[in-house]
Amino acid sequence: MTQSPLLTIDDLWIDVGSNPVIEGVSLSIKPGEMLGLVGESGCGKSVTALSIMRLLAEPPMRIRQGAIHYDGQDILAMSNAELERLRGNQIAMIFQEPMTSLNPVFTIGDQIAEVVLLHKTSDKAEAARRAVELLERVGIPAPEKAAQKYPHEMSGGQRQRAMIAIALACDPKLLIADEPTTALDVTVQAQILELIEDLRREMGMAVLLITHDLGVVSQYCGRVAVMYGGRVVEEAPAEELFANPRHRYTEALLRTIPAANPPGVELPAIPGTVPPPGARPSGCAFHPRCSACLDICTEEMPELTGDDHHRLRCWNAA
Amino acid sequence: MTLLEIKNLSKIYHGKNGAKVQALSDVSLDITAGEVVGVVGESGCGKSTLGRSLLRLIEPSGGQLLFEGQDIVPLKKSALKPMRRDLQIIFQDPFGSLNPRHKVGKVIGEPLEVHGIGTKQQRQEKVRELLDLVGLPQNAIDRHPHEFSGGQRQRIAIARALALDPKLIVADEAVSALDVSIQSQIINLIAKLQKQLNISILFISHDLSVIRHVSDRIAIMYLGRIVEMGETEEVMQNPQHPYTQSLLSAIPRVGEKRARTVLAGEVPDPANPPSGCAFNTRCPKVMDVCKQTRPELKAQAQGAVACHLFPQ
Repeated sequence: MTQSPLLTIDDLWIDVGSNPVIEGVSLSIKPGEMLGLVGESGCGKSVTALSIMRLLAEPPMRIRQGAIHYDGQDILAMSNAELERLRGNQIAMIFQEPMTSLNPVFTIGDQIAEVVLLHKTSDKAEAARRAVELLERVGIPAPEKAAQKYPHEMSGGQRQRAMIAIALACDPKLLIADEPTTALDVTVQAQILELIEDLRREMGMAVLLITHDLGVVSQYCGRVAVMYGGRVVEEAPAEELFANPRHRYTEALLRTIPAANPPGVELPAIPGTVPPPGARPSGCAFHPRCSACLDICTEEMPELTGDDHHRLRCWNAA
Repeated sequence: MTLLEIKNLSKIYHGKNGAKVQALSDVSLDITAGEVVGVVGESGCGKSTLGRSLLRLIEPSGGQLLFEGQDIVPLKKSALKPMRRDLQIIFQDPFGSLNPRHKVGKVIGEPLEVHGIGTKQQRQEKVRELLDLVGLPQNAIDRHPHEFSGGQRQRIAIARALALDPKLIVADEAVSALDVSIQSQIINLIAKLQKQLNISILFISHDLSVIRHVSDRIAIMYLGRIVEMGETEEVMQNPQHPYTQSLLSAIPRVGEKRARTVLAGEVPDPANPPSGCAFNTRCPKVMDVCKQTRPELKAQAQGAVACHLFPQ
């Protein structure tokens, strides 16, 4: 079944000053699916996410070329008023550290109610009731009491639940979750991921899950896009990607994690370091670290190959 | 041969208005020469307090630290200094743990200087050896830490920790801030050096897959206490304590379906711990006795477990 995508990013290029950070990213998200965007620091995954919400710090960042369409509308051409209607109502976002995203001087209940009032026509009392409902929905015990709390009175896990409640306030069709569980303990991480997955299923909400954790992606995402050096280098259904990684970077990354190796043996390490924007090599950005590098890899950016099911940019795929 | 014997170590932090946080309660653990012991647990379990207490970077409130038979807890600063040669630490954040004003040569050589070892030239020679050992170029000596990536900075921190030929290194989340592709390089380096130099390591991490890879034995901590301890593979393949079981099943692994019980609730406030077993508020197998009596860490057929499901 082919469904028309909810969001498409087409050949997006973004610069910071004179350095390109995003170099031709194309992605699409279908309604109700969870897409994982994985990569290491500096690969451009968070910048990609911010650009969807038009939350880039411009300047120094600048969208050089490309297009982002949400439900047929061109996000890059929207006025501020149109963006206001898009953010929250259609697309919502949660971040890694909820403490810095929440306002420390307002109660959680007020912060949720504020969003409800801003985006929906309702009075204060109704917004406050809705805030309690949302807190209950995200699994916060004693939601009436929790609504009266300030962010610092909650644990990290509770704060992330509160952030999700704010994100849900206007029933968005797409939730962008940027490393939502990276700052949390592993048992709490499992709770938050289960919550996001439940919400996706119940509300038919699409999720763009940005993470560096391959295990998280493998267990929760339908499809995965792997980024390296400002590009999507491989994209496939999760099962397919983890069973049959074809890009040399994906392959090397999966082989190097401790869990994939018997205890005590030397890990098949990837040499070198992730190149920062501005110092990326020519051709395929991974070529100086690649064990299967050809001459062409040092000169030319690999073309997009494969089919809609499994696509990649690699001159010497596995 | 036992290198370090931790006996009933405890640490209490005193807050305002008489508030007390028991960060470590009655922790006992032996580390043999050349052994890697992993300590794992969630935030607030006391694992970092434990690591720092071993070097007396944090002063223990009670208990003994027998290093080669000598208790270092009552030692005065002057008597402690020679012991510090044998006890070193690597921290999580290589951006915060290296002095940005010093050149790398100075950073690595400083412990030698502090302890008055060798002539200037001999120290310089030692620094060069250490750079080689951790896989950094010789010209690093005249560069500043900011010129290096996170992984390379962690190599600098490792070189500094090795400068005095220590017998025990505490690695406190030493690879947690690194990217996946860099993490494996540093894990390999630590493992290689540990074998080559026959150093003991207390490897502290929240990441069980990293701990499993490097450790001979592991200790699982919850709210200031060890709840389970044993040979790494035995614990990983057959976890006994309900907390260990939950922790293992909560880790998302590549290629595995998630079919598991998600642990409810969060780690209780250490300033106000539950009575009885500290895990009783979240335990799927909780019994009445768990709320009243605290289980002792007792040796079992496999390892040691602090849980009422096992003979006390």
